[in-house]
Amino acid sequence: MSEKSDITLNINGRDHHIRVESRRTLVDAIREECGQSGTHIGCEHGVCGACTVLVAGEPVRSCLMFAQQAEGKAIRTVEGLAQGDEMHPMQRAFMDHHGLQCGFCTPGFLMLAVGVLEREPEISDENLIDVLSSNLCRCTGYQNIIKAVRSAAAEMRRS
Amino acid sequence: MTAHTKSSGTSWVGRSIRRLEDPALVTGQGRFTADLPANHWVRFVRSSVAAGKLESITAPAGAGIITAADITALKPIRPMLSKFNYVPVGQPILARDVVRFTGEPIAAVYAASKDEAEDLAEQVEVAIAETAALVDGSLALLEGAPLVHAEAPGNVIVEGRIRTPDFDDVWRSAHKVFRVNTRSRRQNAMPMEARAGHAIYEAATGRVTLTCTTQMPHLMRTAICDIVGLRESDLRVVAPDVGGGFGQKMSLAPEYVLLVWLARRLRSSVAWTEDRRENLIASFHSRDQHVELEGAFNADGKLIAVSANVIANVGAYSCFPTTCGVEPLMALAELPGPYDFRAYSCVSRGVLTHTCPMAPYRGVSRPVITLAMERLMDKAACGFEIEPTEIRRRNLIDKFPYTSATGLVFDEGTYKQTMEMAIDAIDVPAFRKQQKVARANGRYLGIGFATFSERTGYGSPAFAARGMEITPGWESVFLTVDPSGFVEARIGASPHGQGLRTTLAQIIADEIGIDPQFITVVHGDTDRSPYGWGTFASRSLVISGGASLLAAQKIRAKLIKMASHMLEASPDDITLKSGSAHVTGTDRSVSIVAMARAAYHQTHIFKGEIEPGLTEVGSYDPSGTFSNACHVALVEVDIATGQVDVQKFLVAEDAGLIINPMIADGQVHGGVAQGIGNALLEEIIYDETGNILTSTLADFLPPTTHEIPEIELHHIATLTGNSITKAKGLGEGGAIGAPAAVIGAINDALSAFGVSIDEMPATPQRIRAALRSSGKMA
Repeated sequence: MSEKSDITLNINGRDHHIRVESRRTLVDAIREECGQSGTHIGCEHGVCGACTVLVAGEPVRSCLMFAQQAEGKAIRTVEGLAQGDEMHPMQRAFMDHHGLQCGFCTPGFLMLAVGVLEREPEISDENLIDVLSSNLCRCTGYQNIIKAVRSAAAEMRRS
Repeated sequence: MTAHTKSSGTSWVGRSIRRLEDPALVTGQGRFTADLPANHWVRFVRSSVAAGKLESITAPAGAGIITAADITALKPIRPMLSKFNYVPVGQPILARDVVRFTGEPIAAVYAASKDEAEDLAEQVEVAIAETAALVDGSLALLEGAPLVHAEAPGNVIVEGRIRTPDFDDVWRSAHKVFRVNTRSRRQNAMPMEARAGHAIYEAATGRVTLTCTTQMPHLMRTAICDIVGLRESDLRVVAPDVGGGFGQKMSLAPEYVLLVWLARRLRSSVAWTEDRRENLIASFHSRDQHVELEGAFNADGKLIAVSANVIANVGAYSCFPTTCGVEPLMALAELPGPYDFRAYSCVSRGVLTHTCPMAPYRGVSRPVITLAMERLMDKAACGFEIEPTEIRRRNLIDKFPYTSATGLVFDEGTYKQTMEMAIDAIDVPAFRKQQKVARANGRYLGIGFATFSERTGYGSPAFAARGMEITPGWESVFLTVDPSGFVEARIGASPHGQGLRTTLAQIIADEIGIDPQFITVVHGDTDRSPYGWGTFASRSLVISGGASLLAAQKIRAKLIKMASHMLEASPDDITLKSGSAHVTGTDRSVSIVAMARAAYHQTHIFKGEIEPGLTEVGSYDPSGTFSNACHVALVEVDIATGQVDVQKFLVAEDAGLIINPMIADGQVHGGVAQGIGNALLEEIIYDETGNILTSTLADFLPPTTHEIPEIELHHIATLTGNSITKAKGLGEGGAIGAPAAVIGAINDALSAFGVSIDEMPATPQRIRAALRSSGKMA
């Protein structure tokens, strides 16, 4: 169980050479070995989606994936959304529409929404609400998260 | 700044400016407790049974393990009330001799990593001789029931009684009496961030810094210092970014005491991050209240008397600092809500059981008592054959100040107006037609109303009435313009999502004529913020906002005095705007930056007439105010499955002057969503032995985007004299009204079956059981 192996995780374009046990989850490795604490842990059983990151372009629950399974795949986290000081349209939209309160679930929602819209820019409203039901938020009642994602979707389509 | 502003005006107050909190949180730069590194990681070994005698604890050789035997110097947590037959009971930091709920901490193991600590905890063997467990509050009251604490006979820990002198006479004069039997099952406030703590010992000073997910950092400091035996100056408590609280994080967790003790013992850093299972079974629970109520009406449909029996299952211990009296005593005092009647009789008891202790949860008993009163109104409407809104029209208070049957003084509100607003917005007659057509087609639509009051922003006199040894209420704000001309407000409130850094900055900005971007609100650090009560009870914007205003008024007065020296003008001719003091009718001005410099570095120019520095303190301890609202839910019930679909939700709300409409709306949205969860989904379930069956988020079900419909909001602003900012506070209202509106709508939809759904959550199983028992189902 406690035997460790060397792996490389590529997070936001940067390689992290780390040594982890096979049981190490991706989220623990991202947060602890790679020091990227913007990705949060909400339930560790794949329900709440707070730990959502993009692996090879797909939103995944990083608490349900082992770090070793993500080796060789491009991982994107909330820290990689902004380009320098220029925020991603999704980040701006969450601020403009008050899509966050305590901010704990926010990185997961941002990555879920960005991942889905990159894959399916013309997603219907109905499907969008379906996708956003993957993650839990306890503060906002979802009203403003939905508004923010719709607004960012329109902006992402324009750019 | 204009780009960030949705509405413009001459003041910052009233504008939906973007939150100052957000840039860090959307870029992954938020700082939460679990992000901190530590030398030692703690895992708690918890009781696997609800009740029993602790016989032995066996750990692997060499393991770092702490049990009750190691911490005999630590006092138990023993919250106090001086009234209402309260029986003080102690909660040990680690279980000693007996266990009283599944999940109670028995031992703490520590290791160099989280994983190692978890592995170690798995290997600790605990022998417990199981004894009979009490789970249900009503059963705990039966004669011969086992005692959870020997000190509390009959398992009653707190009991409040009210009976107005005229009660019997009024009751005898009743034309009609209606009964309701309402219940809210047990919930978990379920913040997205579970609890976490991190304590680090500083060898140079002997101090410990505890970083933890709390709503009340100063109260945590006081409590832990009392228990451990420390001077308050030797402990610093930090609440960094906190991922939601809703009440669960306002009580003292024994785990935090242990962390402080262990950091001192190891002279190092120790950390604990709770997992979701621990949060669901062993962090504080909420609700689990039962309200039986009878209402007497005269022939005109006017409510004349109410008799109620409230049982609040408070779990195995009492929570610090409020005590477990907080929920049943709120029910006792506030059950009448916004309805006018003079004769009132109520017994409200807090009952001990072998279940996880309760903390207050958003709404504090009002979601349940509002459900009871609204069900009473709906039943009376049926009995008098009038619309639910008409029975409310006949009974809502409309003359202010109004003194309730329990002696609460309601300041001006808009109870009837918000209901009329909601009726107009929803078009009730049109809905009734639609409902009729749908029913003819085998579809069951319903409408439900909840009209309620939300007591907010109350200071120390209101809490003192409950006999609390620790009496919260006031807040103070230390406001400084530093030599660079930037403004720092240090506050005792401890926001965790409410946007207070933004709204307080808006209040301060208007007083001293600067942009909120130049104002930093500092909170959640006992080394940097003044002693205060933290954030709970819809209080922070009212009380900390009031203290901010008072401090800003003093800063404003001082700046004007300084400017009058520096510009050689009369103070009456000076105005503060856009970051400068201006002499009216001239082009003479001096910037706040220049005045700030002068206040520290050029004090001689004021010739001793102005004190050096630029810091002022504002303190505020208000009497309290009442917000009010009418909630309306439109639902469809599938009678074949018992599934409820909330199709529309509408709120007409009066929370006084709204400081930031965007933030205020967000508070209502979030509260309504939690209320819908309370009404339909969320339930912590114990089996009869006290084992918990809902220990994952696949079993305990908070709502998702699917269950929350679009929420339509309408506002009226009553400018009360009871709040100096005119803001009334609205943090809890959403959660208070929504359950009753949803349950009312379900009952309206099912009126043809003659059933009464009075228990929350109204799950498909409960609805189907009621329909089956009606005898009217095919």
